[in-house]
Amino acid sequence: MSDLRELYQSVILDHNRKPRNFREPENANRCARGDNPLCGDKLTVFLTIEADVVTDAAFTGSGCAISTASASLMTEAIKGRPRDEVERLFEGFHTLVTSNPRSPAVTSQLGKLAVFSGVREFPVRVKCATLAWHTMNAALSENGEIATTE
Amino acid sequence: MTFDAERARKDFPILRQRIHGNPLTFLDSAASAQKPQQVIDAISRFYESDYANIHRGVYELSMRATRAFEATREKARRFLNAREAREIIFVRGTTEAINLVAQTYGRTNVSDGDEVLITQMEHHSNIVPWQLLCLEKKAKLRIAPIDDSGALIMEEFEKLLSPRTRIVAVAHVSNALGTVNPVREIVDLAHERGIPVLLDGAQAVPHQRVDVTSLDCDFYTFSSHKVFGPSGVGVLYGRAELLEAMPPYQGGGEMILSVSFEKTTYKGIPHKFEAGTPDIAGVVGFGAALDYVMSLDPRALAAYERDLLDYATEELAKIDGLRLIGTAPRKTAVVSFVIEGVHPHDVGTILDQEGIAVRTGHHCAQPVMDRFGVPATVRASFALYNTREDVDVLMAGLGKVREVFG
Repeated sequence: MSDLRELYQSVILDHNRKPRNFREPENANRCARGDNPLCGDKLTVFLTIEADVVTDAAFTGSGCAISTASASLMTEAIKGRPRDEVERLFEGFHTLVTSNPRSPAVTSQLGKLAVFSGVREFPVRVKCATLAWHTMNAALSENGEIATTE
Repeated sequence: MTFDAERARKDFPILRQRIHGNPLTFLDSAASAQKPQQVIDAISRFYESDYANIHRGVYELSMRATRAFEATREKARRFLNAREAREIIFVRGTTEAINLVAQTYGRTNVSDGDEVLITQMEHHSNIVPWQLLCLEKKAKLRIAPIDDSGALIMEEFEKLLSPRTRIVAVAHVSNALGTVNPVREIVDLAHERGIPVLLDGAQAVPHQRVDVTSLDCDFYTFSSHKVFGPSGVGVLYGRAELLEAMPPYQGGGEMILSVSFEKTTYKGIPHKFEAGTPDIAGVVGFGAALDYVMSLDPRALAAYERDLLDYATEELAKIDGLRLIGTAPRKTAVVSFVIEGVHPHDVGTILDQEGIAVRTGHHCAQPVMDRFGVPATVRASFALYNTREDVDVLMAGLGKVREVFG
């Protein structure tokens, strides 16, 4: 049960129940769709970028608790940040959920996002945690492709 | 006679282990069944003492290997009650069997404006091969709808049989829903109009004895791994006169009589469809699996699995917010469900921590998920080694899910 509590921390359960920035903004100028064919998670990430700063971030779609909470926390974390910081955050998040042992430097840089550190004990769930980030990255680079976890 | 599942369990060594500290509760046999010691031993024994390539050598080992390989063909004939062993083609599995029919029978008999009829409950392996064919031939893929219980709507199915329908391909049993289709009626309706029928039997053969002669179907397909045999082996049964008229599927060794650069002549069936060295030991292990299932009393097993299904259905109904997907009157022992507010993937992870293996996802049947308006389901599927106790463990596991998700 302890690994499970690590995975499903209360912050994650809360963001799953009440996802933040769960909407389709009217003035977004970037958007990308992400699919996780393994479990049927589908989401769309919307970004508003002005002068290389993410001024708004939102998402729609459906997915498991991990992917929904990850999308929700991600939109909160990137809003108001310049593009290069967002890119660094993406790298940091990826390291957090995939690498062992946990690096204190990465954890402190990520703030609230560190609640996803339990994911690394569940390798098949890493894709759930990273789907929103890959999708956001696709929107950021505006390559028009559907991001997938495969 | 009642079926003795406790005795059957002893035949499956994999079940004697703990997962995350809990005894393994394996509820994913519809994806792939576990293997009895008899199958594992047959494969080891074959590699230890009889292995060689088949149909080639004049030496003792090659003859032994050929005999064991061909003995499985006869067992498969008996298992399906086909008329002749040459009507049994060995393939890699159900997927390859359906592709074989689509690419040979289909490409020869389907052309511009023709139709192929399948149902809304098919596995992707009985959809995509026909889509590929229809795309190539500019033919139309017609889909017979299912009702809210997951049963095929027979009136609609009948209406979709048209003068342009060239083949009907239907699951005997649905993998995602457990629905057992009225296949005899389907075959009769199609045959009245001169249309051949392929039945995808992958989910049927682990639960019931199938008689292709009395079903009167034209093609029947199934996989060894779902019927307690090794993966990588499957069967295409085809009516001899159809198979003989079909062009080869793949070219290569084993399927030819003579080859020159000007002209190649092919062997007769079944070898015409078996190019290259097959999974010889897999076929031998499959033979042991067929021996195993044919030694069981099919009526006792059916009654036993029916009881498991009824018990699981009854128990799951007690959970608030749980919705069963697939409630057709005739079902195999499969329960597919969703729980309000909890994604199936999360259910699967929590159950895994309890040692319970269930399948979560779309079960390679995305159109079924769309029909019921869900992205995925949790599926618990039962086989002869499962017990009522497994259902109790599942229920306790679902209690944990509530604990975590509140």
